[in-house]
Amino acid sequence: MSSIQEVQDSIVEEFELLEGDREATIFYIMELGQNLPDFPEEARTEDNLISGCQSKVWLTTSFEDGKVQFLADSNTDITKGLISLLIRVLSDRTPDEILNADLDFVEKIGMSQVIGSQRSNGFTAMIKQMKMYALGYKTKVSMS
Amino acid sequence: METKTDIETTFDLERIRKQFPILNQEVNGYPLAYFDNAATTQKPASVIEALTDYYSNYNSNIHRGVHTLAEKATSAFEQTRTAVQRFINAAESEEVIFTKGTSESINLVASTYGRKFVNSGDEILITGMEHHSNIVPWQMLCEEKGATLRVIPVSDKGEIDLDDVQSLITSKTKIVSVVMASNALGTINPVKKIIELAHEVGAVTLIDGAQALSHLDVDVQELNCDFLAASAHKMYGPTGVGFLYGKRKVLESMPPYQGGGEMIKTVSFEKTTFNDIPFKFEAGTPNIADIIGFKRAIDFINDTGKANIASHEQALTSDAQTRLSNLKNVRIIGEADHKVSVVSFIIDGMHPFDVGMMMDARGIAVRTGHHCTMPLMEQFKIEGTVRASFAVYNTADEVDRLVEGIEKLTSRLK
Repeated sequence: MSSIQEVQDSIVEEFELLEGDREATIFYIMELGQNLPDFPEEARTEDNLISGCQSKVWLTTSFEDGKVQFLADSNTDITKGLISLLIRVLSDRTPDEILNADLDFVEKIGMSQVIGSQRSNGFTAMIKQMKMYALGYKTKVSMS
Repeated sequence: METKTDIETTFDLERIRKQFPILNQEVNGYPLAYFDNAATTQKPASVIEALTDYYSNYNSNIHRGVHTLAEKATSAFEQTRTAVQRFINAAESEEVIFTKGTSESINLVASTYGRKFVNSGDEILITGMEHHSNIVPWQMLCEEKGATLRVIPVSDKGEIDLDDVQSLITSKTKIVSVVMASNALGTINPVKKIIELAHEVGAVTLIDGAQALSHLDVDVQELNCDFLAASAHKMYGPTGVGFLYGKRKVLESMPPYQGGGEMIKTVSFEKTTFNDIPFKFEAGTPNIADIIGFKRAIDFINDTGKANIASHEQALTSDAQTRLSNLKNVRIIGEADHKVSVVSFIIDGMHPFDVGMMMDARGIAVRTGHHCTMPLMEQFKIEGTVRASFAVYNTADEVDRLVEGIEKLTSRLK
């Protein structure tokens, strides 16, 4: 399995192919969103909504064999695409890997220029929430 | 490909556009097409220059100043009051109170007239297409007083039915507060008739004119409304300025809104006597520069001619609406027979935010979301719409770009 850094590097390479064309980039992000795995209906709850996002984002997790699995969904395709990037990088990783991850792809693909500052804040909220889950699982493991 | 427009303008559009410096720029590599005018319009150079001129040459606090700058500032400030009076044909300039905008104007009425005259068991009537700022102040008042907020229903077309109005106005109705033109749907409401019906039971009427004044002729004496609220920034003027028109008799019956300077006649620790209208309602140093700038915005509308503005905007609106409605998966929200220059729509299967971002990538500014009309969105069972709203400086080419952009998006849908 590729490391977090390797996955990030390949995302950066994919975005470089779009040559900074804003419209093409947004189309690409929307397409990524359409490939997100189906989100379980029963997890679409108020509790699983991430606050701080302009659009609705649901995030749920499970912990299997020492690794955190993330599932997420949103009511807008662009946001779904953005989450799919985060899931690609952070899902199926150990809590420590997630907590130590330096998500440099966000800046390298020029995320804030593409999606604007309001949505960037939401993106940061998503990352924070994912790291919080990782921390929760780590604490649980160390206490058991 | 949809056929392109062939809109003839009755005035020199290039000359108008040259007056708006902001329009001359590229956004994301495309010339800016600004269709978010119902949120705020752009400002002509004359308005911008008035602000600079004030701060550069005669910045001074107004009223009660004997020195030259104070005299000059006071005179310019009061000229705006007169300009507003003429613009809406109020009987006298004292009936025009400056506020921060429409929201504050409505809150002023709710907090003063409402608190004094609305009691337990009374009713306040609004429509189902009100902006939150014409819902929430009344809800707060009803909560405080034990009164009831009643809502005139909106049809699927986006219109209200005068029969409903007639049956909802009763002897319990104390205030009828309705929007003249809907910000989310564009619907122009039959406010004159509503005012007549309200007056038959002795209710006072407030007209939310925020979306109306830059498009429609509004004559408060002819309408016979008791209050009219509006914002300068939606009529080519600066932000942070609006006004409340009120009939003298009604304004004089009301207690002051906020306490402070300007609104008093005499103050001792035992008793304060209040100033006359309009000053009674204008506590504190007002937004002098922007109010002075507001006059230039009114001058701009008058010089351009409301009829010219309206016919140009109507041509763009009907063209955009017809062509967008012909695209597959596009649904127009709000198809009233009489509309201001607002086209609200959704693309089935796409969230309005995503549509808005794609349009932005093409240099096209539209608004997306619930437009501060969440109850209305609930009625249409949608989270929001994409809204293109047109102003005098928009062009047929820009409408072509909007329609092309939306067509490209819809063609991607499976």
